[in-house]
Amino acid sequence: MENGKTLKSGEFLVDEISYQDVFIPEEFNEEQLMIAQTCKDFLETEVYPHVEKTDAGDIELMKSILKKAGELGLMGVALPEEYGGFGQSFVTQMLAAETIGAGYSFSVAFMAHTGIGTLPIMYYGNEEQRQKFVTKLATGEYLGAYCLTEPGAGSDANAGKTNARLSEDGKHYILNGQKMWITNAGFADIHTVFAKINNDRVLSSFIVERNFPGVVVNPDEHKMGIKGSSTAQIFYNDVKVPVENLVGARGEGFRIALSILHMGRLKLGANVVGASKKSINDTVKYANERKQFGVLISTFGSIKHKLAEQVIRTFAAESATYRVSKDIDELITKKKNECQDKGRATMEAISHYAVEAAILKVYGSETLDYVVDEAVQIHGGMGYSAELPVERGYRDSRINRIFEGTNEINRLLVLDTAMKRAMKGDFDLFGKAATLYENMDAITDDKTTDETYLQEKSRIIHNFKKAILLAIHGVSAQYGKTLIQEQEVMNNISDMMIETYISESTLLRVQKLESMNKEMSVFKAILDVNIYEAAHKIRKAAFDAVHSFADPDLTCKLKKVMDILTVTGCVNIKDARRMIADKLIEDNSYKF
Amino acid sequence: MRILVCLSNVPDTTTKVKFIDNLTKLDTGGIQWVINPWDELSLTRALELKDDAAHNIQQVTIAHVGLAGSEPTIRKALAIGADDAIRVNADPRDAYFVAAQLAEVIKINPYDIILCGIESSDYNGSTVGGMLAEFLGIPSVSSVSFLNIENGQVLIHREIDGGKEILTLPTPFVAIVQKGITKEPRIAAMRGIMMARTKPMKVTEPVATGPLTEVLKYELPKPHAACKFFDPEHPKQLVEMLQNEAKVI
Repeated sequence: MENGKTLKSGEFLVDEISYQDVFIPEEFNEEQLMIAQTCKDFLETEVYPHVEKTDAGDIELMKSILKKAGELGLMGVALPEEYGGFGQSFVTQMLAAETIGAGYSFSVAFMAHTGIGTLPIMYYGNEEQRQKFVTKLATGEYLGAYCLTEPGAGSDANAGKTNARLSEDGKHYILNGQKMWITNAGFADIHTVFAKINNDRVLSSFIVERNFPGVVVNPDEHKMGIKGSSTAQIFYNDVKVPVENLVGARGEGFRIALSILHMGRLKLGANVVGASKKSINDTVKYANERKQFGVLISTFGSIKHKLAEQVIRTFAAESATYRVSKDIDELITKKKNECQDKGRATMEAISHYAVEAAILKVYGSETLDYVVDEAVQIHGGMGYSAELPVERGYRDSRINRIFEGTNEINRLLVLDTAMKRAMKGDFDLFGKAATLYENMDAITDDKTTDETYLQEKSRIIHNFKKAILLAIHGVSAQYGKTLIQEQEVMNNISDMMIETYISESTLLRVQKLESMNKEMSVFKAILDVNIYEAAHKIRKAAFDAVHSFADPDLTCKLKKVMDILTVTGCVNIKDARRMIADKLIEDNSYKF
Repeated sequence: MRILVCLSNVPDTTTKVKFIDNLTKLDTGGIQWVINPWDELSLTRALELKDDAAHNIQQVTIAHVGLAGSEPTIRKALAIGADDAIRVNADPRDAYFVAAQLAEVIKINPYDIILCGIESSDYNGSTVGGMLAEFLGIPSVSSVSFLNIENGQVLIHREIDGGKEILTLPTPFVAIVQKGITKEPRIAAMRGIMMARTKPMKVTEPVATGPLTEVLKYELPKPHAACKFFDPEHPKQLVEMLQNEAKVI
């Protein structure tokens, strides 16, 4: 395996990289850890003490907390120094996002401001727009919101009806329309609004200041969770937007919206890792204090199983999060050398990893939902009480599967984007899949007698990839261009891809940890369970796909091969989970 | 005016304490090190004083006795806002040793106000500040919960039994700082973190002085015994246990 290699988005399906080329959380430097500590200290001193009040709808308090975060410089982590930021790497941005992710509603308000509320202007705005707006968004002097969704345009964002008409004197666009589910609506000074100019087929993007006449913000919505974040409808009634507030070119809005959403998905992937760790910490502390039948509930096997699963999934999501972050950093550097506009270069690099962004979003949000659900379960009746933080965590988690593109949309994107990239020539997917398909009868599990522990795990993951290629070839042959109408089958294959990317990232991290001479027993236990679970999920998804598209003969043939390709080694899953849980219980917090 | 903040590098308070080498040494594996909470409050107060230009504080310096492994903690203090730092490159073996090393630092480069936390959250010795003042031959004030400079004069409140004592004294002096000196420790801002790597951190070698104590071993508190429950309908069982088993009545 060649070192110094970076894979393109989706290329993991047909190629492999060395553990030396991935970044793992154990490699954070002192400065990165200090930034994370600042985020953590901020949550402890400014966010958690006020969480009851902000959740009760004290919007002014949330605004003041955001302003304090701005004073500390936290809103400028991702922004270049020339616009008042600190020009940190994408890995560092993701670490800050992870840490802030434990901040309940604050996290949502903060991420909306720093991500979708600021970056469209930063990455697609011109120099005047950046100087006028980004410098103030970087310090929190201005707070931002991103206005895309409309009553009739959610996942189908381009169906929006908001219209912008050039005024007769050519100095303004007259904006009319309605936006909904707008995070930070209650206090945002700057709105990035997506609208169609005249009868354009695609969207354009505008900077709208809240105090422009005709901007009307409705009262906040009553929500299931993230109650402390402001979410409201905004109406634009004949709002005169100066022509110089058009962001990017006319008709570029849809591209901007999608690019920003790719970035948002990546950051969400980091947020949910932080939220998961917070929930695990709350839960293990409770399990280490609560006694039933005269003993601590953390001594029960059923509880250990849940605690271990929480850790394994969080560890795996974290591994993938920082793996792709480093890939993005490398592509940003490359693009900046090629492109005049540094902002656009950054956004293009982030958007490139659309497959992995969707994977992080889906796997991470579903991991957090699992973690918070079991957190409530381990707390028993107390978990259902609003007195303890896990109840809030449970409610706040649910939105992550909905915003930044629903998980349904993102599942489709995983496979669809990878296939499109392959068709574009980024990597050879279909040729390799066809060759494998033609030689299906010769497929074995490739097991050798002298393979090491980590070689065995690498081989198993390589086999997962073969299973995916066979499935892709099968559905492509069966459905051709109509595949997009077979969402169920696409979901099956996307699930196979998600599990494979996550397991491979976990493996690469464990390989690197071994090279760093770390104590390996717990990490190997995590990898054992992760790959064991992934194999079963991949097998089930593969069978579901095969039963959906193949005729009976082909179904039998493919199922046999899928069985071979999803065999895992012999592992004592119960003991592995207990070892992981015992470390968590001993440390009384997540220290993996 | 120049302020010196003496800083101790301690395990995070959530650390699960374990000992090695026949219970003579702390097992430092996996420990997250932090600024001693009382020292962090001292630093915050020093920076608050410096923020007010009327106080004319030119410099806030960190002094620390410890090996290179404690540099991340010192840099955090620089990120929070200290101007520079001095690390005496030695294992801090006991309070006498630490006080002696700090005294040497100050003798070479005198400071007007020297702040020490009232204790460190690891060994809780509470003696460095007093010893340091003695080494330097300057006054020390313990349990300081308020420190300000008003009309060029230092004003101190110290906690005493049932109330507080309000006093003033000439510089230089050592203030042994208690909680209340400031509301919350200051959080390192992004700009501070970026600047920390460029701020001076001087490393000096220790002077020859022996520690006065030798640790024979550490002991962890005994785990709590399991609770016994008695049926409220049968109080005799409880009385019998207290008499015969616990032998307390």
